[in-house]
This record gives sequence, C-alpha cells and structure tokens, in this order.
Amino acid sequence: MGSITLEHVNKSFGEVEIIPDISLDIEDGEFVVFVGPSGCGKSTLLRLIAGLEDTTSGKILLDGQDVTDAPPARRGLAMVFQSYALYPHMSVRDNIAFPLKMAKMPQAEIDKKVDYAARTLNLGSYLDRRPRALSGGQRQRVAIGRAIVREPKAFLFDEPLSNLDAALRVNMRLEITELHQQLKTTMIYVTHDQVEAMTMADRIVVLNAGNVEQFGSPLDLYKKPANRFVAGFIGSPKMNFVDGPEAAKHNAHSIGVRPEHFKLSTTEGAWKGTVGVAEQLGSDTFLHVQTDGLGLMTIRTDGDQTFSHGDVVYLTPDPTRIYKFDAAGKAL
Amino acid sequence: MATKQTRALARTMMAPAVIVLFIWMIVPLVMTLWFSFQNYSLINPMMTGFAGWANYVYVIGDPSFTQSLINTLLLVGGVLLITVIGGTFLALLLDQPIWGQGILRIIVISPFFVMPPVAALIWKNGFMHPGYGMLGHLWKFFGLQPVDWFNQYPLFSVIVIVAWQWLPFATLILLTALQSLSEEQREASEMDGANAVNRFRYIILPHMARAITIVILIQTIFLLGIFAEIRVTTGGGPGYASTNIAFLVFRTGILSNDIGAGSAGGVVAVIIANVVAIFLMRAVGKNLDA
Ligand SMILES: Nc1ncnc2c1ncn2[C@@H]1O[C@H](COP(=O)(O)OP(=O)(O)OP(=O)(O)O)[C@@H](O)[C@H]1O
Ligand SMILES: [Mg+2]
Repeated sequence: MGSITLEHVNKSFGEVEIIPDISLDIEDGEFVVFVGPSGCGKSTLLRLIAGLEDTTSGKILLDGQDVTDAPPARRGLAMVFQSYALYPHMSVRDNIAFPLKMAKMPQAEIDKKVDYAARTLNLGSYLDRRPRALSGGQRQRVAIGRAIVREPKAFLFDEPLSNLDAALRVNMRLEITELHQQLKTTMIYVTHDQVEAMTMADRIVVLNAGNVEQFGSPLDLYKKPANRFVAGFIGSPKMNFVDGPEAAKHNAHSIGVRPEHFKLSTTEGAWKGTVGVAEQLGSDTFLHVQTDGLGLMTIRTDGDQTFSHGDVVYLTPDPTRIYKFDAAGKAL
Repeated sequence: MATKQTRALARTMMAPAVIVLFIWMIVPLVMTLWFSFQNYSLINPMMTGFAGWANYVYVIGDPSFTQSLINTLLLVGGVLLITVIGGTFLALLLDQPIWGQGILRIIVISPFFVMPPVAALIWKNGFMHPGYGMLGHLWKFFGLQPVDWFNQYPLFSVIVIVAWQWLPFATLILLTALQSLSEEQREASEMDGANAVNRFRYIILPHMARAITIVILIQTIFLLGIFAEIRVTTGGGPGYASTNIAFLVFRTGILSNDIGAGSAGGVVAVIIANVVAIFLMRAVGKNLDA
C-alpha cells in the first residue's frame, strides 16, 4: 500500500517561491520519475514528500491519510540519497539493520531480513566491511538495502546513480527496475537524465520552475507532448523548433520536428542546408545541419550513411510527425 | 611525493630548528636528572655531593606524594569529565540555528583567552569568596550559610576553575566536529526512524569520537601541569588537600629550598606524565587512526 497524493502543495523558502502549486496523484505500486532541468525543484518536491521539508501550504496524503505535519519517521517512507548517506562508523550489516533496530525489532528477525536484503542485492561478501571500503556501486546497493529492509510504503530516490560511471549506471538502472518488478512498491525517482526517466518510469512528471508541465507515460510524453517545454525536454537529441513563416504554413506559432523524423536526401527536399558536424555513434549518426533561413537542425540517420563537413543536403520532415505549438507554447 | 633531493634539502633546512629544540629540551632535562641525584639544599649549603636514591626515597616515601598523585588524577579526571560532557552539550546547543549565533559563540569561547592566574583570581574573589563572592551572596539570599569553598572543598574548587577555563576549548573542537556531520546522514537517520536520543547515540556520538579523543589527549597534557590556579587560590592547602604533583615539586624545590628533592619530584612527574600518556594512547588512541 503506498499511494501518494499531493493537493495544491506550495513551498517557499523565505520570500522565494520554489513550488507554486502542485497537485499529483501517484498510484500504489507505480514507478514515477520526476525529471526537469537543474534547480526546478525536483529534490525539494521529493523532500516535501519525505517530510524533510515542511510544506508552506497544501496537503500531502499517504494512502489517503493526511501526513502533511507528520515527521519523516512516521510516514513509513524510505529514501536513497545521492551521496548514499551511509553511516561511516557502522559495518554494512549494521547500516542495513539500523532502521530495524530503531523500530525495536527482535534481533533474530533483523538478522533474517538483513540476510534477505543482502542476498537480493548481492551484498553477502561485504556485510562486515565499513562503507569506506566499498566502491560507489556497492555503496549504492547498501543504501538501497537499508531502504528495502524496512518494507516501506514507498521508496524515494534522489538522483541515486549520478555519482556512478556510465556502465555501472546502466547496470544499477536495470537492478532498480528489477527490484521494482519484484517488490511492486511505489517508487519515486528523481533524475535529470532523461534516458533513466524514459526507461524506468511507468509515468513521468516533467517539472519546470516548480510547475508540473506534464504527467504521463514515457511514450505519451514522447508522442504527445503537452507543450513546447516537454517536447524539447523529452527525446534525445532535442527536438528541432522552427518559428516564423515556415510554422505559419502549418497554422502554428512554431513547429517542432524530432531528429529521427526527417527524410534525408542529397538531391531534393523541403529544406536545404549544409552539414556542419557529423557525430558518428556507430549505430546512428547525428548530423548538425545549417539550413538556409531556419537555423541549425539536428538530424538522426543510420550509421551507414556518411556525410562530411560542407555537404549539401535536403531535409523533409515527416508530415504526420510535425508538432505544432501556439504562441504560449501549448501543443495544438 | 617527495623526491630524494627535496627530502635531503628539507632535512638540511630543518636541522637548525631541530637541533635548537633538542638542546632546549635536553639540557634542562639532564640538569634536572643531575640535581635529582645530588645533595643540594639551599638551607643546608654545606651538605653537597652524590646523594644516590635518597632524594627519590624522600619524595616518594612522603605521604604528601601519594596524596598529590591522587589529587593530580582527580584534577585531570574531573576536568576532563566536566569539559567533555559539558562541551558536547554546549556544542549541541550552539549548533542549533539561533539568532545571534556568532556573538554567542564568541562569548562561549572567551574564557579561553583569560590568563590562568587572572581566571583564578576572578573565581577566588568574584565568586567563591564567602564574604563578598557572588556565590556567597547567593547562599545568603536563600538564607544559607555561605560556603568557604577553598577551605571546605579545595580540590573541587580548583577543578571547577580549571574546567571553566577549558570548557571553551572542548566546546570549540566538538562544535567543529559536529558541524562536519553531513546533513544527509542526519536526514537519513531521521528517515530511518531514529529519535533525537538515538540519533545522538548512534550517529552523532560516533562521528564525534575522534574529536573527543583529541580533546582528551590535548587537555590531559596541559592538565597534568596545572599550577597557576592552585598557586593563586589555595596554595596547595589546606595541608596537601589541593596539591598536585606539579605543585608538590614547587613546594619541595622552591618553598622548602630543597633543589635535589624538587628535581627528583620533577623527574617523577615526567615519568608519571609519560605513563599517563601511554595509557591514554592505548585507551583512546585507536579512535585516531581509521
Ligand atoms: N534550503 C533552501 N533554501 C533556499 N532555497 C533553496 C533551498 N533548497 C533549495 N532551494 C532552491 O530551490 C530551488 C530548487 O532546488 P532543488 O534542489 O529542488 O532543485 P533540483 O530540481 O533538485 O535540482 P538538481 O537537478 O540540480 O538537483 C533551487 O533554486 C534552490 O536554490
Ligand atoms: Mg536535486
């Protein structure tokens, strides 16, 4: 059981309003990811849910119960911090056992749960080490272990993988997703890495300057972005935007085309341009094309096509996949 | 990493300082050792020459020595107890975000800047004097008989004064340690359901262990040689009730003009200091590595 509801939550630090007004409904067992640019209030929102910050106004409900004024310990949530926040003077075993010990659980039961967590997370051989003697990935697993033994109503993750190297990040991403499949507990996961957001989430909350821009499944966000901000934020490389007369042809203030939705030709097409940088990734090639009058565009083609600097190319956007936005940036 | 050249250079450059320091230390030590085996009393200048162990037997055999030794340990232990516990408590308070934090901290630190004899005088006349000290007035206000602190509780009074002087030091070091505790760890323990007491016991105290060790080691070194406070207040009395080893050396060597016996006492004091230091390093020093 772990549904989380935010009702008109507002948070200000002194004079500065960080979160103007957020209402969200997170269902039991859901994996929800908060994404957004740096400083948009993701961590603040997570900490509000955790109880580490007080709301300025609004309500937070857990399983329908108002916990707005409950201290963190009383909410039954577990949090995994970006810097792991392990207790350095305790062994891995004691770290994982700590929340259980605080809950005054009998020792035999604690041992059982710690062993179970250690097995789930492959921590068996490190149990008697201090956190200092572990690698970043292992520390992260201990932090997760400490979170799961309590069987919380929901897990809160604040950029848990951002201190890890790329390969390990991919691994841990899979492990956390796997864990969610196993436990089926609600998880809220903060990240600014949109690959993590797209691959892990059941639903994504896109935040911008403390406002929810869109809340929906990853594919929804990709296919039907509610506004220009979401369209630009979700998808990599970024969507290309065109304003002015070219957009007016489509009866919009601006239009957007994703890099993967172009037809590329060397002889004919809608927009003419010259290739600038070509980034070859092997599987794909990202072309940065300077178009005549429409600015720089990023095009994604398959890796077999080779272009070099200065080549003239013609771009034709897929007409069924042109996103249109009005003057306020809302999708049409 | 230092190369061979830089190491050789460093050694050469440091040599003069090291040599001067070495002489500075070794000459008085050797002289003290030398005197401690001589008949050398200013009251009896005709008696000179090698004394053997007589000075040592005289100093250690005297009942005042045992009492001074016990007083020394009580003084060191008592002050350590008060400053470590009080310092932890003050540090916890000062770590709270409150208005006027900066000024408050300076006020708390200020006793450390008062010279020991001055501090002792303030306490002697300002607080503990039965006739016109503040405590005397306070007792009288409640209709009680004022306490003559230095006669009734001489050692305790000295402990209070010295603790007052060293409390800021302990507070400062412990506060610094407290502030280096990561906010996330604190929050993690809060999420883990630890209440304030458990947080202190399982998170904050272990984090401060190293700082507490440093406070204990440094203070012990200074507290073994407490002198000025005793000299100014009780003069070691009544009898030997507030005489520690350092003050005993002073009483034997200077007040009784027996340089030989005083030197023997000094040597014994050095040995005791070393024994205490080794014992302490064994007991708490393991907190320092790791
Ligand atoms: N304690 C605080 N007092 C004042 N302002 C704060 C406080 N904590 C956060 N802020 C401000 O709130 C805003 C949102 O911060 P938050 O940490 O939630 O950002 P974030 O979305 O998590 O960013 P990032 O991706 O960089 O972690 C920032 O502008 C930050 O300066
Ligand atoms: Mg953050």
